[in-house]
Amino acid sequence: MKYSIFSLARAALNGHKNWPRTWRDAAPKKHYDVVIIGGGGHGLATAWFLASRYGIKNVAVLEKGWIGSGNAGRNTTIIRSNYMLPGNIGFYELSMKLWETMEQDLNYNTMVSQRGIVNLYHSDAQRDAYARRGNAMRINGIDAELLDQDGVRKMMPFLNFEHARFPIQGGLLQRRAGTARHDAVVWGYAHAADKLGVDIIQNCEVTGFTRDKAGKVIGVETSRGAIGAGKVGMSVAGSSSRVAAMAGLRLPIESHVLQAFVSEAIKPLIPGVVTFGAGHFYVSQSDKGGLVFGGDIDGYNSYAQRGNMPTMEDVCEGGMALMPIIGRVRLLRQWGGIMDMSMDGSPIIDRTPVEGLYLNAGWCYGGFKATPGAGLTFAHLLARDEPHEEAARYRLDRFRTGWTIDEKGMGAQPNLH
Amino acid sequence: MRIACPYCGPRENGEFSYLGDATPVRPSLEQGVDAMLDYVFLRDNVAGEMQELWYHGGGCRAWLKVTRNTLTHEISAVEAARGAGAAKVGKR
Ligand SMILES: Cc1cc2nc3c(=O)[nH]c(=O)nc-3n(C[C@H](O)[C@H](O)[C@H](O)COP(=O)(O)OP(=O)(O)OC[C@H]3O[C@@H](n4cnc5c(N)ncnc54)[C@H](O)[C@@H]3O)c2cc1C
Ligand SMILES: [Zn+2]
Repeated sequence: MKYSIFSLARAALNGHKNWPRTWRDAAPKKHYDVVIIGGGGHGLATAWFLASRYGIKNVAVLEKGWIGSGNAGRNTTIIRSNYMLPGNIGFYELSMKLWETMEQDLNYNTMVSQRGIVNLYHSDAQRDAYARRGNAMRINGIDAELLDQDGVRKMMPFLNFEHARFPIQGGLLQRRAGTARHDAVVWGYAHAADKLGVDIIQNCEVTGFTRDKAGKVIGVETSRGAIGAGKVGMSVAGSSSRVAAMAGLRLPIESHVLQAFVSEAIKPLIPGVVTFGAGHFYVSQSDKGGLVFGGDIDGYNSYAQRGNMPTMEDVCEGGMALMPIIGRVRLLRQWGGIMDMSMDGSPIIDRTPVEGLYLNAGWCYGGFKATPGAGLTFAHLLARDEPHEEAARYRLDRFRTGWTIDEKGMGAQPNLH
Repeated sequence: MRIACPYCGPRENGEFSYLGDATPVRPSLEQGVDAMLDYVFLRDNVAGEMQELWYHGGGCRAWLKVTRNTLTHEISAVEAARGAGAAKVGKR
């Protein structure tokens, strides 16, 4: 079905009772040209780009639970392209541009809201670093504005400008950044991919790889039987090491828990996304009014999808340092997701040493904003067997060659690098 | 999550800092690039019981070897990590 003002009016007249399913719940076929493991945003976007841009429509997305049950449905939905290093800067801007056309491309309301992000600075040194970042962005055609204290005050007068230890001196603003509705992104890609013939298969856990005599991957074993494949792409985020291990691979990745928090709904307060520069705290306000915020990973390996109190306390302290106004707002919900923390904090989109097996992983804190970009570039790699130009540096062997991409000096264990 | 320090008793995990998997041993330089790559960057990333090093910085300041299940956060053993860190270089 095509969504439009007319379909909405028609459904409204029927009391919204007759909306059809937005995508089929497919049963597995015997063989696909490409099998994608993982029905998160990345896996579904990859399938859609394969079908829509590269003409490969005999594609399945295998999801062990329901689509969007992983990080795609657990993140704080910040999208931005304020990166600085070669390798990242072009990739994230490509992704940002795809966000800007996503709703038309998919015929789905993903509630992309470019309400801006401000990264605050609290010292002269930090100001210089942000000025440099902003300049790098602008040289590459990306919008960035360096705000002084007054500039920030105009946007967010409620911040704690006179904090004794971390006074706010200003911030780096990217107006085109913002948020999107995470579940709608998953459903939108599912809707559009399904329309082009992609099979989305839920409750289908990959438990092993089928290999030919030469070791090439020719299919997967799943909880719903064996499925043959010309090529297999992994997009399983926090489960990357576990799935790769089934093919005998060890990855430069640790799985860590990251928590997110939502407060009770309050009146509109925060205009966009704001991040505290003297700790790790980021916050935006959802359309329903809840403050959506988060901070650091808990800092120990975990597959448990839940975190602990010390990190919660740390995040809330960051919030109170930045905006004491929220001191009496109550926390409504809190949860955790499993991050695929790569060792340099940057992602991997590459072939693997195993013929027929391709990898999209290592997204750490920030893979939601990359959803369309990763989908396009991973589809390119799967279709053409060569990297997309904007993802060419996301190589698996960069840890061996020294071409690591150290945007924030923040991998799983920053003390090692 | 609480860690039962053998010296201080059960304490909340905020008192401790984490070094990660206790199994990898720093190779000597003669062992070459692959051994170093393996040690610095590659991980088993265990899903299940894992031996890890934790440092009780908010207490007795001892290094501990903790056996913890990464799927459930359940801790089954905590012992002093004798000889942890640099003392182990090159010894497998
Ligand atoms: C709390 C939190 C906050 C975040 N905030 C942001 C943010 O503000 N901005 C941002 O850009 N990023 C953010 N991220 C990161 C972002 O959510 C992830 O990097 C991104 O969602 C990962 O890609 P994905 O959507 O494909 O992953 P997922 O949705 O996790 O998809 C992977 C899928 O693979 C499936 N799977 C795993 N193993 C198997 C198997 N064996 N067989 C079949 N299926 C399998 C899983 O069930 C899962 O559905 C955040 C993450 C968390 C947890
Ligand atoms: Zn102790």
